[in-house]
Amino acid sequence: MLRLSRGAKIGLGAIVAVVLIFMYTPLALVVMNSFNAARIASWPIKNVSLEWWGVAFTSQPIRDALWNSVVVASGATLIAMLLGTLVAFALQRYSFFGKETVNLLVILPIALPGIVTGVALSNTYNSILEPMGIHLGYFGMIVAHATFCIVMVFNNVLARLRRMSPNLQEASMDLGAGLWQTFRLVTFPQFRTAFIAGALLAFALSFDEVVVTIFTAPPGVDTLPLWIMNQMGRPNQASVVNVVATVVILASLIPVWLSQRLSRAEEGR
Amino acid sequence: MSVTDTVAEPSAPSKASGTAGLQTSGVTLRGVTKRFGDFTAVADLDLDVRPGEFFSMLGPSGSGKTTVLRMIAGFEPVTEGSISLGGADVTALAPFDRDVNTVFQDYALFPHLSIADNVAYGLKVRKVAKAERARAVQRALEQVRLSSVAERLPHQLSGGQRQRIALARALVLKPKVLLLDEPLGALDKQLREEMQVELKQIQREVGITFIFVTHDQEEALTLSDRVAVFNNGKVEQVGSPVEVYEQPATEFVAGFLGVSNLVGPEHASRIAGIDRLISIRPERVRLLPADAQLASDEAGVAATVVETVYTGANTRTIVETAEGLRLIASRQNDHRPGLSAGAQRGDRVVAAWTRDHASVVP
Repeated sequence: MLRLSRGAKIGLGAIVAVVLIFMYTPLALVVMNSFNAARIASWPIKNVSLEWWGVAFTSQPIRDALWNSVVVASGATLIAMLLGTLVAFALQRYSFFGKETVNLLVILPIALPGIVTGVALSNTYNSILEPMGIHLGYFGMIVAHATFCIVMVFNNVLARLRRMSPNLQEASMDLGAGLWQTFRLVTFPQFRTAFIAGALLAFALSFDEVVVTIFTAPPGVDTLPLWIMNQMGRPNQASVVNVVATVVILASLIPVWLSQRLSRAEEGR
Repeated sequence: MSVTDTVAEPSAPSKASGTAGLQTSGVTLRGVTKRFGDFTAVADLDLDVRPGEFFSMLGPSGSGKTTVLRMIAGFEPVTEGSISLGGADVTALAPFDRDVNTVFQDYALFPHLSIADNVAYGLKVRKVAKAERARAVQRALEQVRLSSVAERLPHQLSGGQRQRIALARALVLKPKVLLLDEPLGALDKQLREEMQVELKQIQREVGITFIFVTHDQEEALTLSDRVAVFNNGKVEQVGSPVEVYEQPATEFVAGFLGVSNLVGPEHASRIAGIDRLISIRPERVRLLPADAQLASDEAGVAATVVETVYTGANTRTIVETAEGLRLIASRQNDHRPGLSAGAQRGDRVVAAWTRDHASVVP
């Protein structure tokens, strides 16, 4: 390993500290302000209170938005788990014409600007499918989220499959197990953690997505991030927004943290 | 090569005594061809493996031996031809429907299952009752002397231990034929030699047919009842270790099994009076003083020492004749040589061998 001088260590440590402080102080402020009794976010906090949490939890629009976020993220994650795994298997196990292209096209949505994906899907839904009599509505929003969620599951599962000895499946069949038994007893346990880790990342990604949601949410449907955006023009709602933002932070943080822990436990073996 | 006597042969050669009642069978390949696209990996192969024998498939990498093993296991479909197991055609059967089991080169132990569960795997998918399963696993682990590691995970075992577990996992199912794909390849030399002895013992105990793939000629000679030497998708020779070593059927076999002096017809006719390609093993070549008289049953040629190589147990001396023929003579260091003993570079000698010891390569 590269050895660093004492000065370099201190210097690099300081840079890390500054960057992390810069990134996370604003988030910490949001969380703390959600307990601020004052209507307008102010510093320092004079009175700590759970008042705005209470307001948020009893607000029907916020509860609807939370429900929508959970449903959309869950739906998109389920689609991603299924399709991401299937495409990972296809690309890892078989060679076929256009394999590299498929690989690229699956990964592309994560790099595309959300606004492009959003506009493209919105146009497709409204100008092509709608006149044909196909009304996607709520499901259209879930599909839109799934386009970039697939990448998370796909990448994780693919990386795991690549490290797996192809002999394991042959050994299983050699010992008398059929295709399904082999998948259930040998193949799936091999990539299970990567699969779940990928699904958790997909959930987090969908839960806090806003741009694609703007373009694909049916009229009158809010997710939590969308609800926050709609409140930005109303400064007197700032404290409730802090509460909702805190919930969104947690809903993203926890899955990512779990996913990291899973991947690390796997590597430790 | 179209006789099928080997399949029905009731008495297995030598080893199977004392294992009466144990099911084993031979394997017969007829006209087996395997093509991958334009590449022919195995070409029109006929092979008869007798019940209960330790049969090695020896050859360099890419010679088709592993492909043949994988076709017998059922992992690779044959392009043409048929494979039968104990007389029953299994060509179209899936791996899980064939009464053969495989020990893989990388062992292919299931990393998420304990050693006991690995060994129990085949019994479990066959729905063997739990109590019976546990007894069988216990016996199998005892057979490979590894009962103590039953609860560990594969990555906690050494290479040699994993190899034995892979063996136990296959043997617990009492297959009719056991296929081994270079199972000792990943072990270091000393462990490999220990495992060779153990493998031979286990094969004697269980008495079933072992088909063993290796590229190590010494390993093949040590272990096998019979050896098939593969080259370029074809079998060059099938025979006992003594046969393939002493009477190589082709130039390739002579060269691949140990070191051999191949003497072309033009030299052979001059030296030994045989107008054919002949093969003489280095250990049969003696270096005599330049003025030595040859006996009537000996052939020999004057040569100059080019190089001597001391390898511990042996000393190899390379000599060259005036016509440019190079010969290797190997002598066992059966008494302690002086530090500068033996032939020196530039010495004039006669390289000689007993005529019987040279074999004509057809």
